[in-house]
Amino acid sequence: MSISNLTIQTTDTHLCLRSQGNWQANALQDVYQQLQEIKVDTVIRHISWDFSGVEEMDSPALVMIVQFLHRYDSSKVSFAITGLTVKYQRMLIFYRKNAVLNKPQSMTKVGFFAGIGCQFIQFLAGARQFMHFIGETCYQFLYVLLHPSQFRFAATVKHIESSGFRALPIIGLTAFLIGLVIAYQSAEQLSRFGANIFIVEMVSISVFRELAPLISAIVVAGRSASAYTAEIGTMKITEEIDAMRTMGFEPQRFLVLPRMFALIISMPLIVFFADMVGVFGGMVIARFDLGLSFSEFMARMQTEVPLKHLLIGLIKAPFFGFIIAAIGAFRGFQVTGSTDSIGHYTTISVVNAIFWVIASNALISVLLTELGI
Amino acid sequence: MTKQQQTIVQMTNIVTEFGANRIHDGVNFSIRRGEIFGLLGGSGAGKSTLLRQMIMLQKPNQGAISLLGKQLSHLNKTEQQAIRLQWGVLFQFGALFSSLNVLENVAVSLKEYSNIPSSLIEEIAHTKIKMVGLPAHAAYLYPSELSGGMKKRVGLARALAMDPKLLFLDEPTSGLDPNSARAFDHLIVELKHMLDLTIVMVTHDLDTIEYVLDRFIILHQKKVLIEGSMADVQRMQHSALSEFFKRAK
Repeated sequence: MSISNLTIQTTDTHLCLRSQGNWQANALQDVYQQLQEIKVDTVIRHISWDFSGVEEMDSPALVMIVQFLHRYDSSKVSFAITGLTVKYQRMLIFYRKNAVLNKPQSMTKVGFFAGIGCQFIQFLAGARQFMHFIGETCYQFLYVLLHPSQFRFAATVKHIESSGFRALPIIGLTAFLIGLVIAYQSAEQLSRFGANIFIVEMVSISVFRELAPLISAIVVAGRSASAYTAEIGTMKITEEIDAMRTMGFEPQRFLVLPRMFALIISMPLIVFFADMVGVFGGMVIARFDLGLSFSEFMARMQTEVPLKHLLIGLIKAPFFGFIIAAIGAFRGFQVTGSTDSIGHYTTISVVNAIFWVIASNALISVLLTELGI
Repeated sequence: MTKQQQTIVQMTNIVTEFGANRIHDGVNFSIRRGEIFGLLGGSGAGKSTLLRQMIMLQKPNQGAISLLGKQLSHLNKTEQQAIRLQWGVLFQFGALFSSLNVLENVAVSLKEYSNIPSSLIEEIAHTKIKMVGLPAHAAYLYPSELSGGMKKRVGLARALAMDPKLLFLDEPTSGLDPNSARAFDHLIVELKHMLDLTIVMVTHDLDTIEYVLDRFIILHQKKVLIEGSMADVQRMQHSALSEFFKRAK
């Protein structure tokens, strides 16, 4: 239907072009190719271009024509453009006026090593900002200690509910399954040695000391670090944070401290809950797979599992809570400008939070073992 | 019917309700080819809603909208898509795609809907960016790095990318300083003459109303209070009308 056509004739100093058909976007590919192939020839002194066979033209066609004509701007070539209707003549002049001759270069390409260097510098800048953030939070914490009435109690309780209490179902389910799987896999091995009863230490110690704190922290990081980043990031974009600052509401005190306290308070409780449910998962397997009744399990746990394992797990919990809240809130404050930066920083915040929870868990684990606890 | 008098948009007996709240009760008007048409009225009069109904973002509860000779309510998916490619829309705050830079924002429909070689698409996008009065280096900036006025210009360039015959503008001069607003008005008029556009806009700006609009409607108490040009309005005596212009001034 829409076909464009270009005839090219060259007679020594004269280039003669004749266009026909519908010069519209989707029919331009071949013509564009033809025009590209015409070499800018110094012999050419005169170009005539006849458009009388053209029915319709659109802006891609006009821009293409303008670009072609510009190739001859520097040389002494005379043009004769004929056969254009008044409307298209007007448009051609308009597009000629608006042609971009010296296209600005896009962003300069960064080399491989320069890229690594830039990344490292950015990392250092980020670390510095994080220090600043933690420092500011500590300052606000001390301020609140001295002026307890300034503490946002209601907000803290609200965050305990949304980040802690509402996380219980999913954490319970996860911990139950973890306890179940640990017991299930160990039961097989232990029964081969006739060491069925050791399932109690196996499940209790691993759940109390490592698994319950870690699993709870990972779930909370996924739920709350992302939520904190998105909430604070959105407030940053809508300038709510700036508004708060101008009204004398310190964002660190109003937004960060309540979230941080909420997680520091609720994490040990969550972990204790995960301990109970996780061990219960193990008890279910012990009962049905190894024939070890609930009461036997409990009795053995009381005599053989030292309390310190439970305590170590609970002591780690507030640190995890602090890490998650600090990273979630910090990344939220880094959000700038556009909406897709919220998605970007939310992703980073969850990945960071989970990584630092696992890393600090490893650190604490090594530390305590070296100390002989 | 001469070419000048050809009707591009015909709104017939539009009734719109939000829950129990009726905001249009039998709105009728038509927009002719080649004019700059304004939808005016106080806040909450339903101007933007009418605009959104024309561009198929919302449906009226009753009534018919005929646009470019097609009944909007009778279109299937393919026809809807075809008609969407014949108009351009400038949203109030630009609504630029934040993950794309200015050049990509302008080029996105050309890339998607045509088989033009990418080097030529880039030329076209650069031309359109210059056309709306943006500096050349703006092409590689991202929307978050632009001022409100620049965002509107980029939005206009994006709306013009596919050579639409019909352009919808939602409050094109709101949030701009008076100089930029007048410059934007000039731009719109110039583009209209150069590119044979029909333009429909929602506006509050009295200068725009006076110097740019060919004809307009004023929505008042759920109906069209008047349809006509500034001269028609000045001939009419109506308390609500004089109040509208007085208050606006």
